Amino acid sequence: MQAEQIEILEFLRQHQPFSLLPDDVLQQVAQSVDVAYYKAGSQILELGAEINDWFILRSGAVEVYRRNGELYNRLTAGGFFGEFGLLRNRRVRFPVTALEDSLTYLVPAELFAQLFEEYEDFADQVEVEDRTRLRQAVARREDANELMTARIETLVSRDPVLLPYTASARMAAQCMTEENVSALLVVDETRAAEDALVGIVTDRDITDRLVAAGLPFETPVTEVMSSQLTWVAHNQLVFEAMLRMLRDNVHHLPVLRKGIPLGVITLPDIVQYESQNSLFVVRSIFSAQTVEELTALVPHVRSSFRRMIAEDANSRMIGSSMAVIGRSFKQRLLELAEEKLGPPPVPYCFLALGSMAREEQLIVTDQDNAIILDNRFNAEQHDDYFLQLATFVADGLAACGYQYCNGGIMATNKTWRQPLKVWEQYFTDWIEKPTPEFLLNSSIFFDLEGVWGETRWADMLNKLIRSKAQHNSRFLACMARCALQRTPPLGFFKSFVMEVNGNHTQSINMKRRGTAPLADLIRVHALSVGSSSRNSFERLQDIIDAKILSPGSGPDLRDALELIAMVRIRHQALDLDAGIEPDNNIEPENLSDFERKNLRDAFLIVANAQKYLKYRYQPGRTV
Amino acid sequence: MFYLRPGQINEEPQTVSGDAPATDWPARYQQLAQSAQAAVLRHFYAQGLPPADTPIAEVPLVAIDFETTGLDPEQGDIVSIGVVPMQLQRIYNRDSRHWIVRPRSRLGEESVVIHGITHSDIEESPDLARYLQPLLEQLAGRVVVAHYRFMERNFLNQALLRRLGEGIQFPVIDTMELEAAANRLTLWQRLCGRRRVSLRLADCRRRYHLPFYHPHHAHTDALACAELLQAQVAAHYSPQTPVGRLWC
Repeated sequence: MQAEQIEILEFLRQHQPFSLLPDDVLQQVAQSVDVAYYKAGSQILELGAEINDWFILRSGAVEVYRRNGELYNRLTAGGFFGEFGLLRNRRVRFPVTALEDSLTYLVPAELFAQLFEEYEDFADQVEVEDRTRLRQAVARREDANELMTARIETLVSRDPVLLPYTASARMAAQCMTEENVSALLVVDETRAAEDALVGIVTDRDITDRLVAAGLPFETPVTEVMSSQLTWVAHNQLVFEAMLRMLRDNVHHLPVLRKGIPLGVITLPDIVQYESQNSLFVVRSIFSAQTVEELTALVPHVRSSFRRMIAEDANSRMIGSSMAVIGRSFKQRLLELAEEKLGPPPVPYCFLALGSMAREEQLIVTDQDNAIILDNRFNAEQHDDYFLQLATFVADGLAACGYQYCNGGIMATNKTWRQPLKVWEQYFTDWIEKPTPEFLLNSSIFFDLEGVWGETRWADMLNKLIRSKAQHNSRFLACMARCALQRTPPLGFFKSFVMEVNGNHTQSINMKRRGTAPLADLIRVHALSVGSSSRNSFERLQDIIDAKILSPGSGPDLRDALELIAMVRIRHQALDLDAGIEPDNNIEPENLSDFERKNLRDAFLIVANAQKYLKYRYQPGRTV
Repeated sequence: MFYLRPGQINEEPQTVSGDAPATDWPARYQQLAQSAQAAVLRHFYAQGLPPADTPIAEVPLVAIDFETTGLDPEQGDIVSIGVVPMQLQRIYNRDSRHWIVRPRSRLGEESVVIHGITHSDIEESPDLARYLQPLLEQLAGRVVVAHYRFMERNFLNQALLRRLGEGIQFPVIDTMELEAAANRLTLWQRLCGRRRVSLRLADCRRRYHLPFYHPHHAHTDALACAELLQAQVAAHYSPQTPVGRLWC
């Protein structure tokens, strides 16, 4: 009798990608594995050796190397290796060494090939071309996006209150009072359920059609109700319901599921729902009369952020909504400042720098800003006003959750509160005489947007940057070198972040190690192709159009950016849900297996893109 | 594997009847192939054994485990058998076998609690005699690996005595013995009050970072024992170690 492989089967059931297989197939796999133990330090797979099994790591830890000896991955229980060799020529392509005492389960090559052929989910997870997996992960979420946009049924908070059509108007009014509703559905109970709805009567109908018309209270309800029914289906979108109300000028809409009343939604329901979205927040920002009122909106900003994530918005939608909100705070604070301090002595332009200018803002963000002053600016006469103005805005922003910039890139700093001609000289110097020391902390100046006042000056600076930077290889090389300062990690290992040199850290800053290196490298390419876009996705499109990347690597970068940004966003939302102050740090134990795998792929793409950046913008190389 | 209570495990297992001292096993097999009465046993011994100086890495091995009705081989009988062929480098788990058999002695409540094999399970199962031939074929030409050799050796010996009228002898690599040897305390350590390490299968495995397997299932225990041997040899011996140093 073949032994039932209880322990092996249980293990496989608990780990992806094996758990994606049907149970009978999994039993077959469990029956087919051989077992081997490797002491820490021993070689499991040697480069070029013949390989006839797919290895599943049951316990312990192993290191996978590249051909050139570079560490490629580190795996722990539930990990697998050997698929590269099996799917090629049955020769080991990535040598493997036991890092700890390790027990491995060996799946015969033929069975592995069969599983890989027949089970798509499984194959996706084991995919040898890592990138495909990432592409699918991002694509799958985008599909979900359309389906997940809010449906009307999410607004239905209670069952509808039904009234028989034989009832009188008085009974209708009494019923509304008792049930505390403003509308009743009138039904003919002798008909089939999906056909029973004959009309709707609202409190307005009682006032207008009964009381104002002077009819007796015992008038049948059928004479005051609306029988020309306007209704919506439960699975229509919220905005469709809103359009229907506006078009038909009704304030109550029955919601039906296959003809059966599910509930009634009212205009206030929709307004309340709408009220959480960013437009409502923006409107509230502009109607706030004091800094305190602005501060009181912070919870609304956060719930708007969470709601967008719940609705599966992508990182671009979220980033630009948060940027609009951030910009609105700045603009309203400047209005309030001017009310308090009086009109400005000379015209000025308030600048947003960095993530806000790129429309990639999240809820945890620094306030990076600056002021361009009119060239007629006279420090002795005018600077006191602008310092007060800048301080008012900076303090206000800090009160609204935008941290002061650590690097002092704020309009309160005199260096960043200068006339236009000085700014023009700044940029000319930075581009023509670049120093790595300066550029290292100042790349955000190259993401610049005017948010208030003479915004055309910001456009002039952007034009200046474009014309000077594009063909200046020394400057681009310098920017590229700075963009390589922040590198992605290799991946994750147990509860640690695994670095390329094999070191471990406890947590990863997803901004510093993920989105920032990407934004940096995209910026360098964007400057070199003379792109006028500021958003990283738009810049990336300009870069792809300019054909300076190898085919396919542009879309890879886009997927990597989207994935890393979404992981960062989701973890901030989780922090908010858990009632803790959100930050950019993620502890690996809080990542799902899915996120770990895909993040690893994304980091690999960033690392490769950095290598290309280094190569392309070597000093002296003409681009 | 029928676990002994801690007090029943000695650090250095004493010789029990049927446990022959380490000897020239290939020669004894040759001799037994002539003298055995039952054809199935003559065939078994005729498959021979590699010489004692063969490196362990080149020796065909087979890990076995029995669940039994009790601890005493004279009184008890085998309830289930797990057999896992292996070599030092690889455990041929896909060729492993697991049989449930009807014992000739009463299945005590106490043992049911341990291995979970119930009276109704064994009602439907044949007598061990039915599987004797495939079992001996699995063992023939291979060196048996077991955790606490007295159980496997004595119970199989008694089972055959009852069914064939003659017993069986075979060398065993005892992973409990190897573990005891690897952890033997010096006099100094004993004087210092160092405690002896636990020799239970699960505890031994933990020392080599092998995963936890639920005990008391003959196949799982045999597999667990096979993995343990691979780990022990990797830690304390070498693939070149002569098998004669390990079997007894």
